Amino acid sequence: MGWTGKVLRVDLTNGTCSDEDLNMEWADQYLGQRGLASKYLAEEINPKVDPLSADNKLIFVTGPLTGTCASTGGRYSVVTKGALTGAIACSNSGGYLGAELKFAGYDMIIFEGRAKKPVYLYLIDGKAELLDASEIWGTSVWDTDAWLKSRHQEPQMHVAAIGIAGENQVLYACIVNDLHRAAGRSGVGAVMGSKNLKAVAVRGTGGVKVDDFKAFLKATNDGKKVLAENAVTGEGLPTYGTQVLMNVIHEAGALPTHNSKDVQFDGARDISAEAMAEPRGKDGKPNLLANQACFGCTIACGRISKIDEEHYTVVNKPEYWHASGGLEYEAAWALGAATGVNDLEALTYANFICNEQGLDPISFGATLGAAMELYEEGIITDKDTGGLKLKFGSAKALTKSAELVGKAEGFGKVLGLGSKKMCDKYGKPELSMTVKGQEFPAYDPRGVQGMGLTYATSNRGACHLRSYTVSSEILGIPEKTDPHTSDGKAGLVKAFQDATSAVDSTGLCVFTTFAWTLEDIAPQVDAALSGKWDVDRLLETGERIWNLERQFNLKAGFTKKDDTLPKRLLKDAAKTGPAKGKVNDLGKMLPEYYQLRGWTKDGVPTNETLSRLAL
Amino acid sequence: MQMALVIDPGKCTGCKQCELACSYVKEGEFNPAKSRIRVFDFHQDARFVPYTCTQCAEAWCQQACPVNAITTNDSGVKVVHDSLCVGCKVCTIACPFGTINYNASTGKVIKCDECGGEPACAEACPTDAIVYMDVEQAGFDKMRQWAAQTDAGARA
Amino acid sequence: MAKVRHHVIIGAGPAGVLAADTLRGCDPDARITLVSGESEPPYSRMAIPYLLANHIGEDGTYLRQDADHYARQRIDVVHARATRIDPKKKSVRLKKGKPLKYDRLLIAAGASPILHPVPGLDLPGVRTCWTMEDAREIADRAHKGDEVVLMGAGFIGSIILEALIERGVKLTVVEMADRMISHMMDETAGGMLQRWCEDHGIKVLTGTRITEITRGKSRLDIALSSGKIISAKLVVVAAGVAPNIGFLKGSGIKTDRGVKVNGFLRTSAKDVYAAGDVAQAKDMSTGEFSVLAIQPVAADHGRIAALNMAGKRTPHDGSLNMNVLDTMGLISSSFGKWDGVDGGDGARMSDEAGHRYLRLEFKDDRLIGVQAVGITDHIGIARGLIQTGQRLGRWKEKLMKSPERLAEAYIATAHGISHA
Repeated sequence: MGWTGKVLRVDLTNGTCSDEDLNMEWADQYLGQRGLASKYLAEEINPKVDPLSADNKLIFVTGPLTGTCASTGGRYSVVTKGALTGAIACSNSGGYLGAELKFAGYDMIIFEGRAKKPVYLYLIDGKAELLDASEIWGTSVWDTDAWLKSRHQEPQMHVAAIGIAGENQVLYACIVNDLHRAAGRSGVGAVMGSKNLKAVAVRGTGGVKVDDFKAFLKATNDGKKVLAENAVTGEGLPTYGTQVLMNVIHEAGALPTHNSKDVQFDGARDISAEAMAEPRGKDGKPNLLANQACFGCTIACGRISKIDEEHYTVVNKPEYWHASGGLEYEAAWALGAATGVNDLEALTYANFICNEQGLDPISFGATLGAAMELYEEGIITDKDTGGLKLKFGSAKALTKSAELVGKAEGFGKVLGLGSKKMCDKYGKPELSMTVKGQEFPAYDPRGVQGMGLTYATSNRGACHLRSYTVSSEILGIPEKTDPHTSDGKAGLVKAFQDATSAVDSTGLCVFTTFAWTLEDIAPQVDAALSGKWDVDRLLETGERIWNLERQFNLKAGFTKKDDTLPKRLLKDAAKTGPAKGKVNDLGKMLPEYYQLRGWTKDGVPTNETLSRLAL
Repeated sequence: MQMALVIDPGKCTGCKQCELACSYVKEGEFNPAKSRIRVFDFHQDARFVPYTCTQCAEAWCQQACPVNAITTNDSGVKVVHDSLCVGCKVCTIACPFGTINYNASTGKVIKCDECGGEPACAEACPTDAIVYMDVEQAGFDKMRQWAAQTDAGARA
Repeated sequence: MAKVRHHVIIGAGPAGVLAADTLRGCDPDARITLVSGESEPPYSRMAIPYLLANHIGEDGTYLRQDADHYARQRIDVVHARATRIDPKKKSVRLKKGKPLKYDRLLIAAGASPILHPVPGLDLPGVRTCWTMEDAREIADRAHKGDEVVLMGAGFIGSIILEALIERGVKLTVVEMADRMISHMMDETAGGMLQRWCEDHGIKVLTGTRITEITRGKSRLDIALSSGKIISAKLVVVAAGVAPNIGFLKGSGIKTDRGVKVNGFLRTSAKDVYAAGDVAQAKDMSTGEFSVLAIQPVAADHGRIAALNMAGKRTPHDGSLNMNVLDTMGLISSSFGKWDGVDGGDGARMSDEAGHRYLRLEFKDDRLIGVQAVGITDHIGIARGLIQTGQRLGRWKEKLMKSPERLAEAYIATAHGISHA
């Protein structure tokens, strides 16, 4: 219960779809979603495969609570070997697609091989077929969505698709579902593109059952009450979205700015949640129109924005005059602070383009930030950019680059490499703000010490969502720790990593953990599934997942050397703000972390650890 | 006092908790496709519209039923009696709001019955976009006016 | 004290029964007599297929489920056929019993199967499917494995078709027109339905007439216009119905195809009204007066006629022609001018493999007709949009491209949502 018990296996090479039973033994050990699909991937592919080859697999996976009435119970993840990183990738998305997959009768879809010609998967109530996508190949995510709904006369269909960025295998291409929710990171969209798979279109009219409905309703209702009464999930996120953080992180001196040359951004106020809600000078209307929930979510942090029709980006383009997914914090930071651009409308436009073309705005913005530094250093010239002036703070550089990168045209092709490969190309690897090839997000590890260790050890490359210690170090959740000390951060990071691995495997959104602890989540999982699931089992499962991912990466060729940060964060002290004079203290935290994990000093899980976790 | 579901689309976030609650109460599972209330998503206008039966006074469905399987209870709610419904679907084309629908798995039609006075959708709505209240106080909504327009000619 | 009025209603189908109930509701003291030409309690012909398919018993077809309903409502049900009306004397003559004097009369006498001049239609084993008596006879003869021929694949034929299949018979359908349900569906939808039927093991012979039926050794031999002869145990005739107006001859009440009525459903005779399958009333799609023999129209008529009879002047601005049909799980419907009008615009979307079809017809930015196959969710909205004449504005262009967004268009126009 909680599961449909069915997996759809799609052999793209031979164009066949077949059903198989969900491996319940693995579900018992790995819970679902991130954990379960990582187990499937680790069992089914050689970790050394080229991520963009037919040998890689791409898994769409739900959790046991996906499609239930649990608050936020609509998530799915895409698990594969990441195109950007070469590490195991798990990108989590909301919207409605995950739940629809369950209603269509499946817990998971495994794509393998590579189609000879562009195809899409059409899945309706247990029937799956691969259909010709030649008419939509080359079109945007938005056009693809509309075409599929019309083609199948199914307005209630939900679609996950790649845009032209994925088709062109831009290394940080993402998979966008429901127009503006994304499995964003690590280049999962490039993997999908490499398989000639344009879209997954799903419609389901079946139901989802849980093991003990009565207990489930009680547990989920209790959970909803906690979310409603919490200041962050009950008020901050619905009102301001994740963008509530922009001013907070700026003031904390932890806002990576100008490719991390600075830790504070003068324009932070202009691109903040508060700015989004204020009437604009030009048309007197706010950028933000409404907040939107994903399936089952009682928080509703999603932003729906509309660009000023007279803004230069859209003045002659009525096709952009409607509302769509607006800026959340990470995107606003990457498109804004990392590039030094404070034009909110330009940021919103770039964000629309990212959704339309299927680009991860974090990696795109961060890569552009690095390109701007290379340009200002004179390493990249007008000749390289085709005349585009890549100056920090240039809104035109931002929006023009956004238009180019998905198309992989001109300088867009260089930007599509991601920060790491681009900086390598120009002989300046130290200017790439990445870990394991992935651009890090919106928290500067000099101002939030724990985030340094978080990025360095994240199994999918630099990422805030693997252990969001900002929660403790800045926001005081569940308890306040000092962001400027590395003391105790190894333990904090491990605890967050294990708990988050478990949460990512349930079908719930990690944002619930601003209010929920595993004490709130365990009863919901326990009531949904037939076995006994308590906090200890969730934590143990989380730790098992973390170690499974780690082993995959070690087999893929990653070593201790890859658990590090760009030199800038370790050597160049923060210039302003509360963390002024600080660097990140990774050198102290990492050994302690390995020890707490039960890994050797080279970062390899010991046999004892593996057997303790039944790995 | 006439209680009714009053819907304010301006407050709806599109979370579908109403559909989940409805389908659980009516079908014993989480299944939005079988919910008696549906949230329409007008994403390009940043608007979500929960939509269900208004229990209109004209009772198109009830009048069109050939076997008297739909009746109006004391609260003005139109109720389908499954034991009598033969599944002819005439009510589904007669209801000008499209809020009574055929359920192929049971061969009967389904519609909102306000859960007998404790509507699960209103209870589940996290933003008060759906509330169950006295309609005289609510200054009621466009759907009633719409109902009046749809009259087949009887302006009585 | 005012005189107590006597309302007489000829016909105990949906129009008659709804009229009786409506009259009771607004004229509490009146005498109400409901004249039924059949011996059963008032029942619904619509439900007969479900009786044939054994989903319900005979009582499941009754229009009012409460056995005491008519007594409680003080409605006298008289089981006798009306044979003549004399509007001058205000009386109705019955086949048996004393004439009934009325103050107000409603003719809701319904329709009967058309008698076609085909030799052999009177043989035993050839049966229309219209009355309860017909249903009993068919149930008696059609069993699992029996070969049955259905004459006519119009709307009624197609409803019976499913019931016969559920009885497990081997079915051949013979239809004169070039497709099934030609009055309700275009070639695309009719073709879809025919293939669906054939996929479910039914032989469908369109463009074919039955020329003669003769008694073979143990079975009936059915000669077809194609020259072929097929044999069957039972022939079910469902080849159209016509209003029961024969008994009005000599009454002075004007008839055409049906009983002519004005905008208040009154006939040419004072205090005489007509409703349902027998009435030739206004069709809102065409503005013309025609017979719309369908359940929802019967209900509309019955209610409005009753209000007028009770002295509540209520105009009938026209009914909408619409139908819904379930053919072994494939559900189709049509509304209004489903085949469009000159100078209008049409949008079609068809998915042959998915057995789905949707056709919308517009005049300017108003919806005037809909046809749907395999689409049922919120389908009543088609009626709402057509009947209100709601202007669709920008949504018309959206619907031209994506007809499947009909429900969204309706709700958006109701809520003033323009984009999307």
